[in-house]
Amino acid sequence: MGGFLNSTIARKFAMALSGLFLVLFLAQHFSINFISVFSKDVFNEVSHFMGTNFFVQALLQPVLIFGVIFHFVMGFILEAKNRGARDIKYVKFAGNENSSWVSRNMIYSGLVILAFLGLHFYDFWFPEMIHKYIESHPEDAARYYDELVAKFQSPVRTILYVVSFVFLALHLYHGFSSSFQSVGWRNKYAKGLRGFTKAYAIIIPLGFIFIALFHYINNL
Amino acid sequence: MKLTLKIWRQENATAKGKMVDYPVDGIDGDMSFLEMLDILNEQLVEKGEDTIQFDHDCREGICGSCSLQINGEPHGPDKLIATCQLHMRSFKDGDTIYIEPFRAKAFPVIKDLIVDRTAFDRIQQAWGYVSVNTSGNTVDANTIPIEKEKADEAFNAATCIGCGACVAACKNASAMLFTSAKVSQYALLPQGRVEATERVQAMVRQMDEEGFGNCSNTGACEIECPKGISLENIARMNREYLAASVKG
Repeated sequence: MGGFLNSTIARKFAMALSGLFLVLFLAQHFSINFISVFSKDVFNEVSHFMGTNFFVQALLQPVLIFGVIFHFVMGFILEAKNRGARDIKYVKFAGNENSSWVSRNMIYSGLVILAFLGLHFYDFWFPEMIHKYIESHPEDAARYYDELVAKFQSPVRTILYVVSFVFLALHLYHGFSSSFQSVGWRNKYAKGLRGFTKAYAIIIPLGFIFIALFHYINNL
Repeated sequence: MKLTLKIWRQENATAKGKMVDYPVDGIDGDMSFLEMLDILNEQLVEKGEDTIQFDHDCREGICGSCSLQINGEPHGPDKLIATCQLHMRSFKDGDTIYIEPFRAKAFPVIKDLIVDRTAFDRIQQAWGYVSVNTSGNTVDANTIPIEKEKADEAFNAATCIGCGACVAACKNASAMLFTSAKVSQYALLPQGRVEATERVQAMVRQMDEEGFGNCSNTGACEIECPKGISLENIARMNREYLAASVKG
């Protein structure tokens, strides 16, 4: 596998697969979060299931963490090679004439998302792990909604989340459709698929923004 | 037309280069870009200065020799043309034009605007051909029926002139469009299928060894390619390479 991942194409293939996996995870994460807008009880019920189910905690969660780390590490490896491939920069480079800003700056939108993940883990994942596995509190199936809402009482945190979701949209706008090209999937359905990926890249982050603003405004 | 040219001057491969300003006057809109540089060089000769070195050969968009980054774009602002086909009518009186060599670590500057593009030759030599015994017993290719659509796609891929604009345009200096065009022109035809696995592995290996960057799918290469080589070829090469990796 190490030998396979030495090639340019294989690395992009692996990058695309990990990206597609994270896109699927985003859809699942959004679906659960969106429930919090409609029903406190159902949200608590689903969150409790996700937080206590053995399959989710012991199998899916490690795979997800591996996917996230792999995507970022491979992103840095690819970026390092790309920067080294042009040792002397152009004095004038008209990138906007032939490509979108988003497609040329995936590393920056990715870095913002990485920083956001640090905040997100600090807000939810680390407290959750400490609560369950270190302090070993008795399980309270009704706590999830209140924990979520409490985080969005801060306007600064809400703004940070909203800005991060904008960068997530930018990252997905190029990355989602681009991943299909990297795995070699380009046929008569490619145009329709591209439309779907662009819509997904806008709708899902907008949905996350809506959820954050909903809980902030709801608690004013 | 009166112009200010900002041109990359570099004495040799190891010297440190810099942008130098050259005012030029009397440029006609019907001149080609290379003719404009010829006029500048004549003026430099009259002054006893070193002329500006740039690649050119056929001057009709076929050989792929001319390789200038003009105002930040390979082959200049017009699309589907090589530098030799760019006319000065694309610029306005008083314009400042930046002229640089194609930049990539795999394309080192030899002098001024001339870069060494033998990396492309080595990729081609890796397996950019069909191994056929040509000692008097070859079968006429036209006796093998090929679907029109595939023949057209193979022909379109084969129109790549190897100028290097794809590398120059790419923010990562990636050679995926060039390599994929060469892989595709054979992969689409029955004659090329026989060695398709070995070919794609050898050409991609050579491409990586030359130090080109990764493909970020920005599409800049396709936009700037003077022959309109499609990104479809990159997707095909990705498929071919991944299938070849599974086969081993």
